[in-house]
Order: sequence, then C-alpha cells, then structure tokens
Amino acid sequence: MKQEKILTWKIGGEAGQGQQVAGLILGRTCLSANLFSFIYSEYPSRLRGGLVTNQVSISNKPVDAISKKINFLFALSQTALDHCIKDLDNNALVFYDSDKVKEIDKNSKKIKFIPLSLRDLAKENNINVFMLNSLILGISAVLFDFDTKLLKKEMREVLNNNNKSKDLIKKNNRAVQIGYEYAFRELRLKPFLKNKLNLKSSKRIILTGNEAIAQGSVFSKCGFYSAYPMTPASSILHILAKQAKKNKMIVNHSEDEIAAINMAIGASWAGKRSMTGTSGGGFALMSEGLNLSAMSETPLVIINSQRPGPATGMATWTEQGDLQYLAKVGYGDFHRIILAPSDPEESFYFTILAFNFADIYQMPVFLLLDKYISESYKIISDFNLKNIKINRGKLLTEKQLAKIKNYKRYDFIKDGVSPRSLPGQKNGIFLANGNEHDEFGFSIDGFSSDLRNKQMEKRHAKIKNIFKELPKPKLFGLSNALLTLIGWGSVKGPVLEALKTLNQNNSYVNYIHIPVPFPLDVNSLSKLLKNTKKTIVIENNYKGQMADLMQEALGMKFEKRFNKYNGQQFFPEEIIELVKKEI
Amino acid sequence: MIKQSDFITSNKSNWCPRCSNFSIRAALIKAFSELGLKPYEIAMIFDIGCAGNACNLYNTYGFHGLHGRTVPLAVGAKLANDKLTVIGIAGDGGAYGEGLNHFIEAARSNYNITLIVSNNRLYSLTTGQASPTSERGTKTKSTPDGVNKTGLNPLLIALSAGASFVARGYADEVEHLSEIFKKAINHKGFSLIDILQPCITLDKKNTREWYKERIYQLDNNWPVKDKNKAIIKVQEWRDKIPIGIFFEEK
Repeated sequence: MKQEKILTWKIGGEAGQGQQVAGLILGRTCLSANLFSFIYSEYPSRLRGGLVTNQVSISNKPVDAISKKINFLFALSQTALDHCIKDLDNNALVFYDSDKVKEIDKNSKKIKFIPLSLRDLAKENNINVFMLNSLILGISAVLFDFDTKLLKKEMREVLNNNNKSKDLIKKNNRAVQIGYEYAFRELRLKPFLKNKLNLKSSKRIILTGNEAIAQGSVFSKCGFYSAYPMTPASSILHILAKQAKKNKMIVNHSEDEIAAINMAIGASWAGKRSMTGTSGGGFALMSEGLNLSAMSETPLVIINSQRPGPATGMATWTEQGDLQYLAKVGYGDFHRIILAPSDPEESFYFTILAFNFADIYQMPVFLLLDKYISESYKIISDFNLKNIKINRGKLLTEKQLAKIKNYKRYDFIKDGVSPRSLPGQKNGIFLANGNEHDEFGFSIDGFSSDLRNKQMEKRHAKIKNIFKELPKPKLFGLSNALLTLIGWGSVKGPVLEALKTLNQNNSYVNYIHIPVPFPLDVNSLSKLLKNTKKTIVIENNYKGQMADLMQEALGMKFEKRFNKYNGQQFFPEEIIELVKKEI
Repeated sequence: MIKQSDFITSNKSNWCPRCSNFSIRAALIKAFSELGLKPYEIAMIFDIGCAGNACNLYNTYGFHGLHGRTVPLAVGAKLANDKLTVIGIAGDGGAYGEGLNHFIEAARSNYNITLIVSNNRLYSLTTGQASPTSERGTKTKSTPDGVNKTGLNPLLIALSAGASFVARGYADEVEHLSEIFKKAINHKGFSLIDILQPCITLDKKNTREWYKERIYQLDNNWPVKDKNKAIIKVQEWRDKIPIGIFFEEK
C-alpha cells in the first residue's frame, strides 16, 4: 500500500526526555523544507517517567492524518520499543538506545535494528545527556535529507518559545550537527525522501487545533476568555493568557468551571465577545451556565475538547464521547449550535463562525474538538483573512436606542432575535433574566402563561433561519459509490488520507462529513444520503452517538457502525482495512 | 442630581409586608443618588432568593442569574467594562453557601465590585431551612434536631481571604447603611457588606427586637486600617453585635 509516499518517524521514551520538542522541531523543519508533516503525541498524565511517544508523518504531498505504520523508530527505552514494535513497517529502521534497550526480537521481518550508544556519543563530544534528543534530530535530518541549517533554525525558534537560554540553544544546535555527521560517517545512512524545493503555492503554516482556536478568537475580536485548566483544552488558556495584553483580551483563570462560564456570560452581557473552554468533565460543571446563556439570550462560545470518559476517564487521550451530552444537556427546552472542526484549519474558521452565530442568534455555540485535533500539528495553507467578517448581530447603538421609546430587550419579534443593548448605554436599561420574563426582562410566573408561551415561541423561532448559515454536510469522492463512509470531527483526516489510497484507481467508496452535528441539517443530509447504497458511520466512541442522532433526526436506520474507543483516534490504515473487508 | 425614585421601577415587590429588604433598597437608592450615579452606569447582579427578587425593582441594568453565581457574573461584567458600577445582591444562601468559593476568590482577587448580602441566617424563600450562617442548634425544617455545624462568620472569611473593604450593616438602620454603601461603592477593590436582617415571617427568635437590643455602631475612632483589630472585632457576637466598616485598605 505505497500510495502517496508517507514516511512516519516516531520517538518513544520516558516523560521528560524531550520527545515532544524533538517531534515539533522535525515537523516544523518539514515546513521550511517544503514538505508536509502531521505531528501527534501520546503521553501519560505524569511529568516524569512512563512512556511518551511523538510521531511525525512526512510527505511531499499534504498529510491529513497520522499514519500507524512506523518507518523510523527511535526507542529510548525498552518500554518504548516493546510498545511500538507491532506498528513497525516491514522495512522499518529501528534506532535504539543501547544503554537502555536490551531485548530485541531480531527475527521480525526485514526490520533493521541499529544500536545507538547515545551516551558515549554525548560524552565523547562533551554533550549534556539532556540533549540526546538533539543528537537524534541530527541523525533524522539525514533520513529526510534536511539541510541542518533549517533544522537548527526551527530548533532555535521552538526552544526560544520555551524560554530556553541562548547558550542552551547553541549547545543543542551543536548536538544536532554532531548527530548529523555521526549518521553520515558512522551509520552511513542515506536519505529516504529527497526534498522537493520547487513547491510553488501560497504561504503555509503549521499549528495545532488549539492554537488555531486561539488565533481564531483573536481575529474574532474576542475580548474575554475564562477557563479552569483541563487537558486537552488547557493550552488555549496558556496561549491566550500569554498574549492577553497584546490582544487586549481579558483572560481569567477562574476558581472553577462554574465561575468560568458565569464570568464569560457576565462579560458577554457587558459587551465583550466572550468564550470559555474545557473538556467534558469541566463542562459538566458548566452546564447550568449553558442554561443561563440560553434563557437570558446572552451570546457565548464554549469550547469542549473531548477526552475519554466517563468521570476522569483517560486525561491525555482522545475520544468523541461527548456529542450526545452536548446536544441534549440542559434542563428545559432550548437551542444550541455545535460546530465540530476536523483539523486546525477548520478550528480557525469555525471559531470565527462560532462568535458570529452566538451574536446573530443570541445563544450558546459550542466548538467541539477532541484531544487529537487540539494537540496534533498539521501543515495547512495560511489563513485567508480577507474573507473574515465579524457580524455582531442585532446590537444597538446609543443613537438607535435614543429613537426607541420604552426599549424592550426581549421584544416579540418574528425571527426570534430581539435587538440587544449593552450595560452603560443610555436608554437601553433592561434586566437580563434567568427567570422567565416579560419583554423588558422582568420576572413572570405561570399566572402570566401567555407571556411564557410567547417567550418560548420567540426563543424557538430562531432555529428556523439557522440552516441557511451553518456549514453544510459535504461529500468527498464520487457519488454513486458502493460504500459511503459517514463521520464528523477528527474522523475526517484519517478517512481522507485513506481515500487517497483507495480512490486511486476506482470509485467504490466515498465519504460524507458532518461539520455541524447539532442541529442536524436534515434536508442537506437527506439529499446526500439519497444515492447511497451502503453506509458505515465511523466514530471515535462506543455507541455511535452521531449515528443515533441521525437516526433520530432522519428517521432512517444506520446499523453499520465502526467504532473505536481505546483512547486513540483512527489511523488511515484502519479505514483502508475496513473498506477492503466491506467490498 | 438624579432623584432616588429614578433608580426604581414601578413594579410591585413580592416581599412580605414590612420586610427589611425595603429598607435595604431605600438605603441603596439613597446612596446611588447621593453619589451622583446615573441608572445606566450601574450594573446590578441579582442572586436567587428574597434578596435577588429585588431584580424587578431597580431601574438600572440588571442580571438575575443563577443561585450562588452572582459573584462570577459580576466579576465578568466588571472586567469587561470597567466603567460600570457593579453591585452584587445576594442572600446568605447564595453568597456563603452555593457560591462560597466564588466569594473567597473575589476577596482574594480584590475585584472592584460591591457585594451586598442580605444575611437573615436562614433560607427564607424556600420556606425556612438552615443557612451557612445559622447558629449551631438552630431548629429548622431541614434540621429538626438543630444545626450541628458551626455558623460561618462571613466577615472573618472575607478578611482572611484578602477583601479590602469589610463591613456589616443592619437592615433597618437606613442612614447608617446608606453611608456604608457609599463608601463601599467608592472603594476601589472588593467590598463586602454583610447585612444582618431579621426574617420577620419565619424567624421567631432573631427578631427585630432581638437585633435592636444587641446592635451598636462602631465609633468614629475605630482603626479601620488595622486588619488584626478587625479580625478580632468581627467575632464579637451574642450580647453585643457591632456594625459598621471594620476594615478598609486604602
């Protein structure tokens, strides 16, 4: 299955040995060397010891997912080798730290095992043992035919961002050079991927989903972010906190998630575009705030980056297990929108949409990610800022308010969205209310049942126009395929990567991607489904939550499902295998 | 100057006749008026309960939030628009029970908001259960054998958490209360005004008469900058109960 040539590099060792930094530098060097990369890390919830792996899939064509098959493995511990051996490509090269790895099954396939006495190499060259990962980067530079200048430049930038001293950066750069020369002279390695330097295209960038969300919120003129740390959403808080002054954004690490969401609602009411972010367990605490945003019609953007649950689950792993929860959570009847980006690019653009939808419809909007999207790096085209439009919806100016007699914040209006004033504006006084209320916001009860009915109908009227604006379900591949795969969120990358292989010579499989899992655009989806012969819904959860939501909305059965719930995302290889089995 | 009546709506209250919440409102609109505030510059955040039901009665920007979440709503609003005068109105249940961690965090962070707590040491709107400030032994619907916990001293908590303005008022002493409000609103930082208030309908022990016998005002020479003295003074209870501004950090 050598389709597009993708080579996957992987490093494994204990926490604290710098695998993630090494992978990031390698992946970024791909960008400057006109290659494509996709970086993903698996790590435990601990700071030292255990097993941490970082994996980079590299190609001279765009890479949409991390591959399972490893072509080059750097094993810094026995555990790392034992864990990764089952995923090695038949022709893999395995570099292992000969001080740490003692048991090697050399019978397996054509795999070549290359011992590295990294500590001796370091000692001979007066290199600190903390820089073994830089030696490895030097060795890896040969494999991908990297100019070490590019690699060193990326290393400087990454280490500088991590607040490392100039002296330390210099020493690491030296270690790269020594590793590089060692690979040439002693190991006699040859490049496996010749760099193509003639890539003519628009500017490209490399970033994670969380970084893209942070950037998206800045371009959306988000003025307030409050959160309580929770993997895998925490890095959004870190990024925004670091840039807060520059962006004039108020960033608050609040005492708990309940405070985080209520602060964001308070800030939104007072006029700032506001966002909060967490993972499923943190959102459980926020759910009362979700209701308040809906009842008071206060715009709000909520990020939920999923990890496997229930309860604390597996903190540093990935799953799509919160979809039904977010779609249904809340006491009382109300609407919300769930946008599910599939990669950093969509994470950016969907963030801009999320703020616009929150303002236009005056309701809570979710950005639903998972650890795989939040933390994997992908090389994409630079963002097109020309097309970004900020729409603050029906927000009144003081001038407009001056012309209104007896302003009614919750006025009954056909499309359900009543014009909004902001505290501090003259002539705009109103009460935002979590209690059922009249047009001014004053509390009412069941003795005014007519008002209750009208307010309910007003809030529900908003949903009628919503589908015109939401991103539509999209078909990838040719219609009339024998088999149609259906997915959402992070399923898209592995499936698209698999389709590149599967669709090279035939058209027996295609893919329907659902960017907005809730509310489901039933009309658009029905049209796409009309010509399908056989469908499989692919999801990173046990039950098939999207499949169930579709059954509910469409009244159709989606019996064939392909689910994975071990804490890992799908790999393209698994999709290929599934399709081959089905056809 | 803007009249006191400009700060209230024509809505009817749902408080019991003669409830001291009326006195608290009178003291607050007096303070607003004397400070020269304009209704649209004020953002009031209301908790759930009898105190929070004042939401319909003030002609200012208002947010009637969820139980216990007055403080984070208020903090969010203040951080978002520093020009607003942000006032939180809560009861002892919301401020010291459901929302205790928010209260402590706001004191620690010294956010520039004013938190006014109607402390009747009882859950009243839910028909009379024990509150965090109920005295040990108090028999209520939820504690028929008497509360077997220590009653919280919110002023002591506020002082230890770093609040920079800590005061206690008595609901029916409108003039005194209004002066405290004015100073609290002008204070740059987190201000707590815990207001002792008899629930005239449900509380047969801590009545108006009970409080009147015990309440006394701190005198003008009280060393308001001395936190250690404040920590001792706020614990004075039983026969004599001091009211006034115990601590203000300038």
